[in-house]
Amino acid sequence: MASLRRFSPLPGFGLAMGYTLVYLALIVIIPLTAVGTKTLTMGWDAFWAAVSSPRVVASYQLSFGASLLAAAINVVFGLIFAWVLVRYHFPGRGLIDSLVDLPFALPTAVAGIALATIYSENGPIGKVLEPRGIEIAYTPNGVLLALVFIGLPFVVRTVQPVLADLEKEVEEAAAGLGASGWQTFCRIILPHIAPALLTGFAMAFARAVGEYGSVIFIAGNMPMVSEITPLLIITKLEQYDYAGATAVASVMLIFSFLLLLIINGLQGWMQNRHAKGS
Amino acid sequence: MSTSVALHASSLERHETASTREPAWVKAALITVALTFFAVFLLLPLGTVFAEGLRKGWGAYLAALINRDAWDAIKLTLITAAIAVPFNLVFGVAAAWLIAKFEFPGKRLLITFIDLPFSVSPVISGLIFVLLFGAQGWFGPWLQAHDIRIIFAVPGIVLATIFVTFPFVARELIPLMEAQGSEEEEAAVVLGASGWQVFWYATLPKIKWGLLYGVILCNARAMGEFGAVSVVSGHIRGQTNTMPLYVEILYNEYNYAAAFAVASLLALLAIVTLALKTLVEKQTRRQLQEITEKSGE
Repeated sequence: MASLRRFSPLPGFGLAMGYTLVYLALIVIIPLTAVGTKTLTMGWDAFWAAVSSPRVVASYQLSFGASLLAAAINVVFGLIFAWVLVRYHFPGRGLIDSLVDLPFALPTAVAGIALATIYSENGPIGKVLEPRGIEIAYTPNGVLLALVFIGLPFVVRTVQPVLADLEKEVEEAAAGLGASGWQTFCRIILPHIAPALLTGFAMAFARAVGEYGSVIFIAGNMPMVSEITPLLIITKLEQYDYAGATAVASVMLIFSFLLLLIINGLQGWMQNRHAKGS
Repeated sequence: MSTSVALHASSLERHETASTREPAWVKAALITVALTFFAVFLLLPLGTVFAEGLRKGWGAYLAALINRDAWDAIKLTLITAAIAVPFNLVFGVAAAWLIAKFEFPGKRLLITFIDLPFSVSPVISGLIFVLLFGAQGWFGPWLQAHDIRIIFAVPGIVLATIFVTFPFVARELIPLMEAQGSEEEEAAVVLGASGWQVFWYATLPKIKWGLLYGVILCNARAMGEFGAVSVVSGHIRGQTNTMPLYVEILYNEYNYAAAFAVASLLALLAIVTLALKTLVEKQTRRQLQEITEKSGE
Protein backbone atom coordinates (compact mmCIF):
# COMPACT_ATOMS: atom_id res chain seq x y z
CA MET A 1 0.00 0.00 0.00
CA ALA A 2 2.63 2.48 1.06
CA SER A 3 4.27 2.36 -2.35
CA LEU A 4 1.02 3.51 -3.92
CA ARG A 5 1.13 6.96 -2.42
CA ARG A 6 3.50 9.84 -2.46
CA PHE A 7 5.06 10.51 0.92
CA SER A 8 2.80 12.06 3.49
CA PRO A 9 3.58 12.32 7.20
CA LEU A 10 -0.05 11.79 8.15
CA PRO A 11 -1.21 8.44 9.52
CA GLY A 12 -4.21 6.38 8.56
CA PHE A 13 -3.69 5.81 4.83
CA GLY A 14 -4.02 2.03 5.01
CA LEU A 15 -7.00 2.09 7.36
CA ALA A 16 -8.87 4.78 5.43
CA MET A 17 -8.17 3.12 2.07
CA GLY A 18 -9.18 -0.32 3.32
CA TYR A 19 -12.36 0.87 4.98
CA THR A 20 -13.40 3.05 2.04
CA LEU A 21 -12.88 0.31 -0.54
CA VAL A 22 -14.57 -2.45 1.47
CA TYR A 23 -17.59 -0.30 2.33
CA LEU A 24 -17.85 0.99 -1.24
CA ALA A 25 -17.70 -2.56 -2.60
CA LEU A 26 -20.28 -3.94 -0.16
CA ILE A 27 -22.85 -1.16 -0.40
CA VAL A 28 -22.47 0.10 -3.96
CA ILE A 29 -20.34 -1.96 -6.34
CA ILE A 30 -21.50 -5.51 -5.57
CA PRO A 31 -25.22 -4.64 -5.46
CA LEU A 32 -24.93 -2.74 -8.74
CA THR A 33 -23.23 -5.67 -10.46
CA ALA A 34 -26.36 -7.70 -9.67
CA VAL A 35 -28.11 -5.72 -12.42
CA GLY A 36 -25.33 -6.58 -14.87
CA THR A 37 -25.22 -10.29 -14.10
CA LYS A 38 -28.99 -10.64 -14.11
CA THR A 39 -29.11 -8.93 -17.50
CA LEU A 40 -26.33 -11.12 -18.91
CA THR A 41 -28.18 -14.33 -17.98
CA MET A 42 -31.19 -13.24 -20.02
CA GLY A 43 -29.90 -13.81 -23.50
CA TRP A 44 -29.90 -11.16 -26.20
CA ASP A 45 -33.34 -11.84 -27.69
CA ALA A 46 -35.18 -11.71 -24.38
CA PHE A 47 -33.23 -8.59 -23.44
CA TRP A 48 -34.01 -6.84 -26.70
CA ALA A 49 -37.69 -7.80 -26.50
CA ALA A 50 -37.87 -6.37 -22.96
CA VAL A 51 -36.17 -3.06 -23.67
CA SER A 52 -37.75 -2.33 -27.06
CA SER A 53 -41.44 -3.12 -26.56
CA PRO A 54 -43.66 -0.19 -27.59
CA ARG A 55 -44.74 0.56 -24.01
CA VAL A 56 -41.11 0.71 -22.83
CA VAL A 57 -40.05 2.87 -25.75
CA ALA A 58 -42.94 5.25 -25.06
CA SER A 59 -41.74 5.54 -21.46
CA TYR A 60 -38.18 6.36 -22.61
CA GLN A 61 -39.54 9.05 -24.87
CA LEU A 62 -41.49 10.61 -22.03
CA SER A 63 -38.77 10.25 -19.38
CA PHE A 64 -35.91 11.50 -21.54
CA GLY A 65 -37.94 14.09 -23.44
CA ALA A 66 -39.55 15.64 -20.39
CA SER A 67 -36.22 15.55 -18.51
CA LEU A 68 -34.40 17.35 -21.32
CA LEU A 69 -37.09 19.99 -21.53
CA ALA A 70 -37.24 20.38 -17.74
CA ALA A 71 -33.45 20.78 -17.53
CA ALA A 72 -33.58 23.42 -20.28
CA ILE A 73 -36.29 25.33 -18.40
CA ASN A 74 -34.18 25.03 -15.26
CA VAL A 75 -31.20 26.58 -17.04
CA VAL A 76 -33.25 29.70 -17.85
CA PHE A 77 -34.89 30.11 -14.44
CA GLY A 78 -31.87 28.83 -12.54
CA LEU A 79 -29.73 31.49 -14.18
CA ILE A 80 -32.28 34.18 -13.32
CA PHE A 81 -32.34 32.99 -9.68
CA ALA A 82 -28.55 32.87 -9.42
CA TRP A 83 -28.26 36.28 -11.07
CA VAL A 84 -30.81 37.92 -8.80
CA LEU A 85 -29.35 36.31 -5.66
CA VAL A 86 -25.76 37.30 -6.44
CA ARG A 87 -26.26 40.80 -7.80
CA TYR A 88 -29.31 42.38 -6.24
CA HIS A 89 -30.50 43.23 -2.77
CA PHE A 90 -34.25 43.10 -2.32
CA PRO A 91 -36.73 42.09 0.35
CA GLY A 92 -37.02 38.32 0.64
CA ARG A 93 -33.57 37.66 -0.82
CA GLY A 94 -32.37 35.71 2.23
CA LEU A 95 -35.55 33.65 2.32
CA ILE A 96 -35.23 32.74 -1.35
CA ASP A 97 -31.57 31.86 -0.92
CA SER A 98 -32.47 29.42 1.88
CA LEU A 99 -35.56 27.95 0.24
CA VAL A 100 -34.10 27.39 -3.23
CA ASP A 101 -32.88 24.05 -1.87
CA LEU A 102 -36.40 23.04 -0.84
CA PRO A 103 -36.69 20.49 -3.68
CA PHE A 104 -33.53 18.82 -2.28
CA ALA A 105 -34.85 18.75 1.24
CA LEU A 106 -38.56 18.04 0.76
CA PRO A 107 -39.24 14.30 0.51
CA THR A 108 -40.28 13.52 -3.05
CA ALA A 109 -43.59 11.91 -2.06
CA VAL A 110 -44.57 15.09 -0.19
CA ALA A 111 -43.69 17.25 -3.19
CA GLY A 112 -45.61 14.82 -5.39
CA ILE A 113 -48.91 14.95 -3.52
CA ALA A 114 -48.63 18.73 -3.05
CA LEU A 115 -48.07 19.34 -6.78
CA ALA A 116 -50.85 16.92 -7.74
CA THR A 117 -53.26 18.75 -5.43
CA ILE A 118 -52.30 22.22 -6.66
CA TYR A 119 -52.67 21.39 -10.35
CA SER A 120 -55.67 19.05 -10.23
CA GLU A 121 -59.03 20.47 -11.27
CA ASN A 122 -59.97 21.54 -7.73
CA GLY A 123 -56.54 22.87 -6.83
CA PRO A 124 -55.69 26.59 -6.62
CA ILE A 125 -53.90 26.64 -9.98
CA GLY A 126 -55.71 23.77 -11.71
CA LYS A 127 -59.01 25.54 -10.99
CA VAL A 128 -57.80 28.53 -13.01
CA LEU A 129 -56.12 26.64 -15.84
CA GLU A 130 -58.47 23.75 -16.56
CA PRO A 131 -61.48 25.85 -17.69
CA ARG A 132 -59.08 27.53 -20.12
CA GLY A 133 -58.18 24.16 -21.61
CA ILE A 134 -54.74 23.85 -20.01
CA GLU A 135 -54.47 20.47 -18.34
CA ILE A 136 -51.42 19.78 -16.20
CA ALA A 137 -52.27 17.12 -13.64
CA TYR A 138 -52.54 13.55 -14.95
CA THR A 139 -50.97 14.45 -18.33
CA PRO A 140 -47.34 14.57 -19.58
CA ASN A 141 -47.41 18.28 -18.63
CA GLY A 142 -47.60 17.19 -15.01
CA VAL A 143 -44.48 15.08 -15.46
CA LEU A 144 -42.66 18.09 -16.90
CA LEU A 145 -43.81 20.33 -14.04
CA ALA A 146 -42.64 17.94 -11.33
CA LEU A 147 -39.27 17.56 -13.05
CA VAL A 148 -38.81 21.34 -13.25
CA PHE A 149 -39.50 21.53 -9.50
CA ILE A 150 -36.96 18.79 -8.73
CA GLY A 151 -34.17 20.17 -10.93
CA LEU A 152 -34.18 23.87 -10.09
CA PRO A 153 -31.59 23.87 -7.24
CA PHE A 154 -28.98 22.07 -9.36
CA VAL A 155 -28.61 24.95 -11.81
CA VAL A 156 -28.91 27.71 -9.18
CA ARG A 157 -26.30 26.18 -6.88
CA THR A 158 -23.79 25.43 -9.65
CA VAL A 159 -24.04 28.84 -11.30
CA GLN A 160 -24.28 31.00 -8.15
CA PRO A 161 -20.64 30.66 -6.92
CA VAL A 162 -19.20 31.06 -10.42
CA LEU A 163 -21.24 34.19 -11.01
CA ALA A 164 -20.12 35.56 -7.64
CA ASP A 165 -16.46 34.93 -8.48
CA LEU A 166 -16.65 36.83 -11.75
CA GLU A 167 -14.23 39.69 -11.47
CA LYS A 168 -16.01 43.00 -11.37
CA GLU A 169 -13.06 44.59 -13.12
CA VAL A 170 -13.65 42.50 -16.23
CA GLU A 171 -17.15 43.83 -16.59
CA GLU A 172 -16.01 47.36 -15.86
CA ALA A 173 -13.31 47.06 -18.50
CA ALA A 174 -15.86 45.84 -21.03
CA ALA A 175 -18.16 48.72 -20.19
CA GLY A 176 -15.23 51.14 -20.35
CA LEU A 177 -14.44 49.89 -23.85
CA GLY A 178 -17.97 50.79 -24.88
CA ALA A 179 -19.71 47.42 -24.66
CA SER A 180 -23.43 47.58 -23.96
CA GLY A 181 -24.90 45.64 -21.05
CA TRP A 182 -26.21 42.98 -23.39
CA GLN A 183 -22.85 42.69 -25.18
CA THR A 184 -21.05 42.35 -21.87
CA PHE A 185 -23.47 39.62 -20.87
CA CYS A 186 -23.15 37.67 -24.12
CA ARG A 187 -19.42 38.08 -24.70
CA ILE A 188 -18.01 38.17 -21.15
CA ILE A 189 -20.41 36.76 -18.58
CA LEU A 190 -22.06 33.97 -20.55
CA PRO A 191 -18.79 32.32 -21.68
CA HIS A 192 -17.54 32.55 -18.09
CA ILE A 193 -20.56 30.76 -16.61
CA ALA A 194 -21.18 28.42 -19.57
CA PRO A 195 -19.43 25.39 -18.01
CA ALA A 196 -21.40 25.87 -14.79
CA LEU A 197 -24.67 26.19 -16.71
CA LEU A 198 -23.87 23.05 -18.65
CA THR A 199 -22.95 21.15 -15.47
CA GLY A 200 -26.17 22.28 -13.79
CA PHE A 201 -28.11 21.25 -16.88
CA ALA A 202 -26.54 17.78 -16.89
CA MET A 203 -27.16 17.32 -13.15
CA ALA A 204 -30.80 18.40 -13.39
CA PHE A 205 -31.23 16.11 -16.39
CA ALA A 206 -29.63 13.13 -14.63
CA ARG A 207 -31.81 13.62 -11.57
CA ALA A 208 -34.97 14.07 -13.64
CA VAL A 209 -34.52 10.89 -15.69
CA GLY A 210 -34.50 8.72 -12.57
CA GLU A 211 -37.02 10.72 -10.53
CA TYR A 212 -39.97 8.76 -9.20
CA GLY A 213 -41.70 10.08 -6.07
CA SER A 214 -42.54 13.61 -7.13
CA VAL A 215 -43.74 12.49 -10.57
CA ILE A 216 -46.05 9.52 -10.03
CA PHE A 217 -48.77 11.37 -8.13
CA ILE A 218 -49.23 14.07 -10.75
CA ALA A 219 -48.49 11.99 -13.86
CA GLY A 220 -51.66 9.92 -14.11
CA ASN A 221 -49.44 7.01 -15.15
CA MET A 222 -51.30 6.06 -18.33
CA PRO A 223 -49.34 3.44 -20.28
CA MET A 224 -48.00 4.87 -23.58
CA VAL A 225 -48.99 8.41 -22.53
CA SER A 226 -47.80 9.51 -19.10
CA GLU A 227 -45.89 6.53 -17.74
CA ILE A 228 -42.25 7.24 -16.82
CA THR A 229 -39.54 4.59 -17.09
CA PRO A 230 -38.89 4.21 -13.33
CA LEU A 231 -42.60 3.51 -12.77
CA LEU A 232 -42.53 0.92 -15.57
CA ILE A 233 -39.69 -0.86 -13.74
CA ILE A 234 -41.86 -1.03 -10.61
CA THR A 235 -44.86 -2.24 -12.62
CA LYS A 236 -42.76 -5.06 -14.07
CA LEU A 237 -41.51 -5.95 -10.59
CA GLU A 238 -45.06 -6.11 -9.27
CA GLN A 239 -45.89 -8.56 -12.09
CA TYR A 240 -42.87 -10.65 -10.99
CA ASP A 241 -41.17 -9.90 -14.32
CA TYR A 242 -37.78 -9.50 -12.62
CA ALA A 243 -35.83 -10.07 -15.84
CA GLY A 244 -37.82 -7.45 -17.74
CA ALA A 245 -37.49 -4.92 -14.91
CA THR A 246 -33.74 -5.53 -14.72
CA ALA A 247 -33.30 -5.18 -18.49
CA VAL A 248 -34.99 -1.77 -18.52
CA ALA A 249 -33.04 -0.79 -15.41
CA SER A 250 -29.75 -1.72 -17.08
CA VAL A 251 -30.54 0.58 -20.01
CA MET A 252 -31.17 3.43 -17.55
CA LEU A 253 -28.05 2.59 -15.55
CA ILE A 254 -25.78 2.66 -18.60
CA PHE A 255 -27.25 6.01 -19.53
CA SER A 256 -26.76 7.36 -15.98
CA PHE A 257 -23.13 6.24 -15.89
CA LEU A 258 -22.41 7.97 -19.18
CA LEU A 259 -24.04 11.11 -17.86
CA LEU A 260 -22.03 10.88 -14.61
CA LEU A 261 -18.79 10.65 -16.61
CA ILE A 262 -19.84 13.70 -18.62
CA ILE A 263 -20.69 15.63 -15.44
CA ASN A 264 -17.34 14.74 -13.88
CA GLY A 265 -15.59 15.82 -17.07
CA LEU A 266 -17.49 19.12 -17.00
CA GLN A 267 -16.57 19.69 -13.35
CA GLY A 268 -12.91 19.02 -14.14
CA TRP A 269 -13.16 21.56 -16.95
CA MET A 270 -14.70 24.13 -14.57
CA GLN A 271 -11.99 23.60 -11.99
CA ASN A 272 -9.23 23.92 -14.57
CA ARG A 273 -10.66 27.17 -15.86
CA HIS A 274 -10.86 28.53 -12.35
CA ALA A 275 -7.33 27.41 -11.54
CA LYS A 276 -6.07 29.13 -14.68
CA GLY A 277 -8.04 32.26 -13.91
CA SER A 278 -6.74 32.78 -10.39
CA MET B 1 -24.33 16.18 -6.48
CA SER B 2 -25.32 18.43 -3.66
CA THR B 3 -23.58 21.73 -3.45
CA SER B 4 -20.79 21.95 -0.95
CA VAL B 5 -20.12 24.25 1.94
CA ALA B 6 -16.75 25.08 0.50
CA LEU B 7 -18.37 26.58 -2.57
CA HIS B 8 -21.00 28.34 -0.56
CA ALA B 9 -18.49 29.75 1.79
CA SER B 10 -16.85 31.82 -0.90
CA SER B 11 -18.43 35.22 -0.84
CA LEU B 12 -21.69 34.88 -2.68
CA GLU B 13 -22.53 38.53 -2.71
CA ARG B 14 -21.02 41.24 -4.75
CA HIS B 15 -21.71 44.88 -5.02
CA GLU B 16 -22.30 46.46 -8.33
CA THR B 17 -20.78 49.68 -9.56
CA ALA B 18 -22.34 52.18 -11.90
CA SER B 19 -20.69 50.84 -15.06
CA THR B 20 -21.85 47.25 -14.48
CA ARG B 21 -25.38 48.00 -13.38
CA GLU B 22 -28.22 46.82 -15.55
CA PRO B 23 -30.99 49.27 -16.47
CA ALA B 24 -33.55 49.56 -13.66
CA TRP B 25 -36.31 47.89 -15.69
CA VAL B 26 -34.13 44.82 -16.33
CA LYS B 27 -33.42 44.52 -12.65
CA ALA B 28 -37.09 44.94 -11.73
CA ALA B 29 -38.17 42.40 -14.36
CA LEU B 30 -35.65 39.79 -13.24
CA ILE B 31 -36.57 40.18 -9.57
CA THR B 32 -40.27 39.92 -10.45
CA VAL B 33 -39.70 36.73 -12.45
CA ALA B 34 -37.67 35.21 -9.62
CA LEU B 35 -40.18 36.16 -6.93
CA THR B 36 -43.14 34.88 -8.96
CA PHE B 37 -41.44 31.61 -9.79
CA PHE B 38 -40.41 31.29 -6.14
CA ALA B 39 -43.95 31.89 -4.88
CA VAL B 40 -45.66 29.55 -7.35
CA PHE B 41 -43.08 26.78 -7.49
CA LEU B 42 -41.63 26.65 -3.99
CA LEU B 43 -43.84 28.49 -1.49
CA LEU B 44 -47.18 27.26 -2.83
CA PRO B 45 -46.37 23.51 -2.57
CA LEU B 46 -44.98 24.03 0.93
CA GLY B 47 -48.03 26.00 2.02
CA THR B 48 -50.38 23.49 0.41
CA VAL B 49 -48.99 20.67 2.56
CA PHE B 50 -49.90 22.49 5.78
CA ALA B 51 -53.18 23.95 4.49
CA GLU B 52 -54.45 20.55 3.29
CA GLY B 53 -53.27 18.85 6.46
CA LEU B 54 -55.28 21.30 8.57
CA ARG B 55 -58.29 21.44 6.24
CA LYS B 56 -60.45 19.41 8.62
CA GLY B 57 -59.21 21.23 11.70
CA TRP B 58 -56.67 20.59 14.41
CA GLY B 59 -58.64 17.68 15.87
CA ALA B 60 -58.50 15.69 12.65
CA TYR B 61 -54.88 16.73 12.16
CA LEU B 62 -53.83 15.39 15.53
CA ALA B 63 -55.98 12.27 15.13
CA ALA B 64 -54.16 11.52 11.86
CA LEU B 65 -50.82 11.68 13.67
CA ILE B 66 -51.73 10.02 16.95
CA ASN B 67 -52.73 6.51 15.97
CA ARG B 68 -51.07 3.15 15.76
CA ASP B 69 -50.25 3.14 12.02
CA ALA B 70 -48.84 6.67 12.02
CA TRP B 71 -46.76 5.97 15.10
CA ASP B 72 -45.36 2.74 13.58
CA ALA B 73 -44.39 4.63 10.43
CA ILE B 74 -42.71 7.40 12.44
CA LYS B 75 -40.84 4.84 14.52
CA LEU B 76 -39.58 2.91 11.49
CA THR B 77 -38.45 6.13 9.83
CA LEU B 78 -36.50 7.15 12.93
CA ILE B 79 -34.93 3.70 13.30
CA THR B 80 -33.90 3.63 9.64
CA ALA B 81 -32.24 7.05 9.85
CA ALA B 82 -30.60 6.16 13.16
CA ILE B 83 -28.87 3.20 11.48
CA ALA B 84 -28.17 4.61 8.02
CA VAL B 85 -26.75 8.00 9.06
CA PRO B 86 -24.00 6.75 11.44
CA PHE B 87 -22.87 4.17 8.86
CA ASN B 88 -22.47 6.81 6.17
CA LEU B 89 -20.97 9.27 8.65
CA VAL B 90 -18.09 6.92 9.46
CA PHE B 91 -17.61 6.12 5.78
CA GLY B 92 -17.73 9.80 4.83
CA VAL B 93 -15.00 10.72 7.29
CA ALA B 94 -12.78 7.80 6.22
CA ALA B 95 -13.23 8.53 2.52
CA ALA B 96 -12.65 12.27 2.95
CA TRP B 97 -9.50 11.64 5.03
CA LEU B 98 -8.20 9.32 2.31
CA ILE B 99 -8.98 11.62 -0.59
CA ALA B 100 -8.10 14.97 0.96
CA LYS B 101 -4.92 13.99 2.83
CA PHE B 102 -3.19 11.60 0.44
CA GLU B 103 -2.20 11.44 -3.20
CA PHE B 104 -2.66 8.11 -4.95
CA PRO B 105 -3.43 6.85 -8.45
CA GLY B 106 -7.12 6.33 -9.24
CA LYS B 107 -8.33 9.09 -6.94
CA ARG B 108 -10.67 10.69 -9.47
CA LEU B 109 -12.11 7.30 -10.30
CA LEU B 110 -12.74 6.66 -6.61
CA ILE B 111 -14.60 9.98 -6.30
CA THR B 112 -16.72 9.01 -9.32
CA PHE B 113 -17.59 5.70 -7.66
CA ILE B 114 -18.55 7.45 -4.42
CA ASP B 115 -20.91 9.67 -6.44
CA LEU B 116 -22.56 6.71 -8.15
CA PRO B 117 -25.63 6.37 -5.90
CA PHE B 118 -26.56 10.00 -6.69
CA SER B 119 -26.98 9.18 -10.36
CA VAL B 120 -28.86 5.93 -9.91
CA SER B 121 -32.65 6.19 -10.03
CA PRO B 122 -34.19 5.53 -6.59
CA VAL B 123 -36.24 2.76 -8.15
CA ILE B 124 -33.09 1.01 -9.35
CA SER B 125 -31.50 1.53 -5.92
CA GLY B 126 -34.31 -0.58 -4.53
CA LEU B 127 -34.25 -3.08 -7.40
CA ILE B 128 -30.61 -4.04 -6.84
CA PHE B 129 -31.39 -5.24 -3.31
CA VAL B 130 -34.39 -7.21 -4.56
CA LEU B 131 -32.04 -8.88 -7.07
CA LEU B 132 -29.61 -9.72 -4.27
CA PHE B 133 -31.92 -10.74 -1.45
CA GLY B 134 -35.35 -11.31 -3.06
CA ALA B 135 -36.93 -14.76 -3.36
CA GLN B 136 -35.41 -15.17 -6.86
CA GLY B 137 -32.21 -13.30 -5.96
CA TRP B 138 -28.59 -14.36 -5.47
CA PHE B 139 -28.97 -15.05 -1.77
CA GLY B 140 -32.72 -15.68 -1.88
CA PRO B 141 -32.71 -19.49 -1.49
CA TRP B 142 -30.10 -19.38 1.28
CA LEU B 143 -32.02 -16.66 3.18
CA GLN B 144 -35.27 -18.60 2.84
CA ALA B 145 -33.60 -21.78 4.10
CA HIS B 146 -32.46 -19.88 7.20
CA ASP B 147 -35.74 -18.02 7.58
CA ILE B 148 -34.14 -14.58 7.28
CA ARG B 149 -36.22 -11.84 5.66
CA ILE B 150 -34.46 -8.85 4.12
CA ILE B 151 -36.73 -7.84 1.27
CA PHE B 152 -40.25 -6.80 2.32
CA ALA B 153 -38.76 -6.32 5.79
CA VAL B 154 -36.87 -3.73 7.82
CA PRO B 155 -33.29 -4.79 6.83
CA GLY B 156 -34.09 -4.16 3.15
CA ILE B 157 -35.40 -0.69 3.96
CA VAL B 158 -32.27 0.12 5.93
CA LEU B 159 -29.97 -1.23 3.18
CA ALA B 160 -31.72 0.72 0.43
CA THR B 161 -31.58 3.87 2.59
CA ILE B 162 -27.85 3.41 3.24
CA PHE B 163 -27.28 3.06 -0.52
CA VAL B 164 -29.30 6.14 -1.40
CA THR B 165 -27.65 8.36 1.24
CA PHE B 166 -24.19 6.88 0.72
CA PRO B 167 -22.39 9.93 -0.77
CA PHE B 168 -23.82 12.77 1.34
CA VAL B 169 -21.25 13.10 4.15
CA ALA B 170 -18.25 12.24 1.95
CA ARG B 171 -19.41 14.75 -0.68
CA GLU B 172 -19.53 17.59 1.84
CA LEU B 173 -16.25 16.77 3.56
CA ILE B 174 -13.98 16.11 0.56
CA PRO B 175 -13.96 19.66 -0.91
CA LEU B 176 -13.88 21.21 2.57
CA MET B 177 -10.89 19.18 3.74
CA GLU B 178 -9.09 19.66 0.43
CA ALA B 179 -9.54 23.43 0.76
CA GLN B 180 -8.28 23.48 4.35
CA GLY B 181 -5.00 21.66 3.69
CA SER B 182 -3.04 19.59 6.21
CA GLU B 183 -0.71 22.03 8.00
CA GLU B 184 -2.25 21.61 11.45
CA GLU B 185 -2.31 17.85 11.13
CA GLU B 186 1.31 17.71 10.03
CA ALA B 187 2.31 19.94 12.93
CA ALA B 188 0.43 17.65 15.34
CA VAL B 189 2.26 14.60 13.96
CA VAL B 190 5.61 16.34 14.37
CA LEU B 191 4.66 17.11 17.98
CA GLY B 192 4.07 13.39 18.53
CA ALA B 193 0.29 13.10 18.40
CA SER B 194 -1.19 9.69 17.63
CA GLY B 195 -3.46 9.15 14.64
CA TRP B 196 -6.69 9.51 16.62
CA GLN B 197 -5.34 12.57 18.47
CA VAL B 198 -4.53 14.20 15.13
CA PHE B 199 -8.05 13.63 13.92
CA TRP B 200 -9.73 14.55 17.18
CA TYR B 201 -7.80 17.72 18.02
CA ALA B 202 -6.51 19.02 14.68
CA THR B 203 -9.06 17.94 12.06
CA LEU B 204 -12.43 17.63 13.76
CA PRO B 205 -12.60 21.24 15.02
CA LYS B 206 -11.94 22.44 11.46
CA ILE B 207 -14.50 20.25 9.77
CA LYS B 208 -17.24 20.10 12.39
CA TRP B 209 -19.64 22.45 10.59
CA GLY B 210 -19.19 20.75 7.24
CA LEU B 211 -19.61 17.41 8.95
CA LEU B 212 -22.81 18.58 10.61
CA TYR B 213 -24.10 19.84 7.25
CA GLY B 214 -23.40 16.49 5.62
CA VAL B 215 -25.15 14.67 8.45
CA ILE B 216 -28.18 16.98 8.20
CA LEU B 217 -28.52 16.36 4.45
CA CYS B 218 -27.95 12.64 4.88
CA ASN B 219 -30.61 12.48 7.59
CA ALA B 220 -33.16 14.46 5.58
CA ARG B 221 -32.78 12.11 2.63
CA ALA B 222 -32.78 9.02 4.86
CA MET B 223 -36.08 10.03 6.45
CA GLY B 224 -37.66 11.19 3.21
CA GLU B 225 -36.54 8.50 0.76
CA PHE B 226 -39.48 7.10 -1.15
CA GLY B 227 -38.67 5.31 -4.42
CA ALA B 228 -35.96 2.93 -3.22
CA VAL B 229 -37.80 2.11 -0.01
CA SER B 230 -41.04 1.63 -1.91
CA VAL B 231 -39.47 -1.13 -4.03
CA VAL B 232 -38.03 -3.12 -1.11
CA SER B 233 -40.76 -2.56 1.47
CA GLY B 234 -43.79 -4.54 0.33
CA HIS B 235 -45.96 -1.87 2.00
CA ILE B 236 -46.93 -3.89 5.04
CA ARG B 237 -48.79 -1.62 7.42
CA GLY B 238 -47.33 -1.47 10.89
CA GLN B 239 -44.24 -3.37 9.76
CA THR B 240 -42.58 -1.94 6.68
CA ASN B 241 -44.19 1.46 6.29
CA THR B 242 -41.92 4.44 6.63
CA MET B 243 -43.52 7.89 6.78
CA PRO B 244 -43.28 8.62 3.03
CA LEU B 245 -44.80 5.21 2.23
CA TYR B 246 -47.57 5.80 4.73
CA VAL B 247 -48.28 9.15 3.06
CA GLU B 248 -48.65 7.35 -0.26
CA ILE B 249 -51.06 4.78 1.15
CA LEU B 250 -53.27 7.41 2.79
CA TYR B 251 -53.26 9.50 -0.38
CA ASN B 252 -54.20 6.54 -2.57
CA GLU B 253 -57.05 5.78 -0.17
CA TYR B 254 -58.35 9.32 -0.82
CA ASN B 255 -57.68 10.10 2.84
CA TYR B 256 -56.13 13.41 1.78
CA ALA B 257 -56.28 15.28 5.10
CA ALA B 258 -54.46 12.47 6.92
CA ALA B 259 -51.95 12.06 4.07
CA PHE B 260 -51.08 15.76 4.26
CA ALA B 261 -51.00 15.71 8.05
CA VAL B 262 -48.26 13.06 8.00
CA ALA B 263 -46.63 14.84 5.05
CA SER B 264 -46.55 18.05 7.08
CA LEU B 265 -44.21 16.39 9.59
CA LEU B 266 -41.85 15.58 6.71
CA ALA B 267 -42.22 19.13 5.40
CA LEU B 268 -41.29 20.43 8.87
CA LEU B 269 -38.22 18.22 8.75
CA ALA B 270 -37.31 19.82 5.40
CA ILE B 271 -37.75 23.33 6.84
CA VAL B 272 -35.62 22.51 9.88
CA THR B 273 -33.00 21.01 7.56
CA LEU B 274 -32.86 24.16 5.45
CA ALA B 275 -32.72 26.40 8.54
CA LEU B 276 -29.83 24.40 10.00
CA LYS B 277 -28.12 24.47 6.63
CA THR B 278 -28.34 28.27 6.48
CA LEU B 279 -26.92 28.45 10.01
CA VAL B 280 -24.08 26.06 9.21
CA GLU B 281 -23.18 28.00 6.08
CA LYS B 282 -22.91 31.18 8.11
CA GLN B 283 -20.61 29.43 10.60
CA THR B 284 -18.42 28.01 7.83
CA ARG B 285 -18.15 31.39 6.18
CA ARG B 286 -17.06 32.94 9.48
CA GLN B 287 -14.57 30.15 10.05
CA LEU B 288 -13.05 30.53 6.58
CA GLN B 289 -12.82 34.28 7.09
CA GLU B 290 -10.91 33.72 10.33
CA ILE B 291 -8.54 31.37 8.51
CA THR B 292 -7.88 33.87 5.72
CA GLU B 293 -7.41 36.67 8.25
CA LYS B 294 -4.95 34.55 10.20
CA SER B 295 -2.97 33.64 7.11
CA GLY B 296 -3.04 37.27 6.03
CA GLU B 297 -1.23 38.44 9.18
